[in-house]
Amino acid sequence: MRKVVANLLAAVALIFVCGSAFAHHGNSAYDLKTVTVKATATAWIWSNPHSILKFDATDDKGNVVHWLGEWDAPSTLVNFGITAKSIKAGDQLTVTLEGIAKSGLPVGRVRKVVLPDGQVLSMGNER
Amino acid sequence: MSIRLAVSTIFLLGVFCAAHSYAQDSVPAGDQNSKRVSGVNIHRDGWDRIVPSVPVSQTSDPAPIRDLTGIWEPTPGFRDGVFSNGPKQYPADGKPEHELPFTPLGLKTWKEHKPGQGAYAVPVAEDNDPFQICDPIGFPRIELFNLRAVRFFQTKNLVAIVYQNDQAWRTIWMDGRELPKEILEPRWYGYSVGKWTDDYAFVIETVGLDERTWIDNVGRPHSDQLKVTETWHRVNHDILELTLTIDDPKMYTTPWTALDKFRMRLQPDWFDIHEMICSASEARQYIESIADQAAGKKNANTEKKQ
Repeated sequence: MRKVVANLLAAVALIFVCGSAFAHHGNSAYDLKTVTVKATATAWIWSNPHSILKFDATDDKGNVVHWLGEWDAPSTLVNFGITAKSIKAGDQLTVTLEGIAKSGLPVGRVRKVVLPDGQVLSMGNER
Repeated sequence: MSIRLAVSTIFLLGVFCAAHSYAQDSVPAGDQNSKRVSGVNIHRDGWDRIVPSVPVSQTSDPAPIRDLTGIWEPTPGFRDGVFSNGPKQYPADGKPEHELPFTPLGLKTWKEHKPGQGAYAVPVAEDNDPFQICDPIGFPRIELFNLRAVRFFQTKNLVAIVYQNDQAWRTIWMDGRELPKEILEPRWYGYSVGKWTDDYAFVIETVGLDERTWIDNVGRPHSDQLKVTETWHRVNHDILELTLTIDDPKMYTTPWTALDKFRMRLQPDWFDIHEMICSASEARQYIESIADQAAGKKNANTEKKQ
């Protein structure tokens, strides 16, 4: 029993490690899966309630998939070194998403982006 | 793993997170030109200047008498007022101690509200949150969800509060007038009067709130009978505490305290409040591009290999 309680406490701690609350919108549409893809940015939309990263990636069948990633609001991202100018269309990126749409469509929550020069953009809260 | 070890782990993680969140000690406050670093939280104001880090001890000089002027942000974390799952004292997490004293009408009305957050969140496609389409967030939700920086202005006759969230503002009259006896025109932010109950506590009462607004981010309802009482207590020069009580006999059998001594910290005079506006076109873009697709309502995202 003690072991179960201890493990539960540890799990709770890990869940809350520096986690940032989602702002306006819920996460009921997302599964807590992690996906990392090589991609080409098609748009970086600096907007409320969430910023939007559009990018293309090729799936294992050779199809081009148009991904949509949502990130936090501008007034939050700017505190983590991420700005409206951080990404531009055409950038070759490595994008990590944590939370993928339950619908099965290529939509998710952005957690980390690696830019062409190797610079990492993140809020430091990826799992 | 022993319970002691687990508790220690939680404590150490807390210390790590605190250090991580305020890892800006090494950068000069007010500096606009420091190298931008991602992955750590270096708090910047709306003018891109670095905001001073929060000291370990939150004590300071005594408070000035009957004075709230200045810019205040939640502390110790500037995002501590983002109550996505309901206000701090009553999150909608399904725990019995956080169940509100609903009247039958209150419970019925809450069930008609379909929030995207909390233990009773609905899928995005069913969300009927009025703020989703940029209806004004209204009061008291502006303080019970996404409470960010606020600026207090003060004259002999009034206190004005300007909010970062939605760039909204309220006027609190302190010229001796009473609250309206009859509300001819409900308002998103209501009708407010305030008074000093001592040299450091300013109490505001607000009525006449538009019933289209939700009390919080999880859809708790209110009626035309809602009366909100805020106590802004200036603890010392740097710290202001907000206690907010909901009294709505149509929706709740007893008053309940949504925030209890929630701490805000005085920021420098040069602090520029971020623009954080709910734009209808941006919201529509978000709903159509992200929310609808996450919910599976649209699918035009894959091009077959030629």
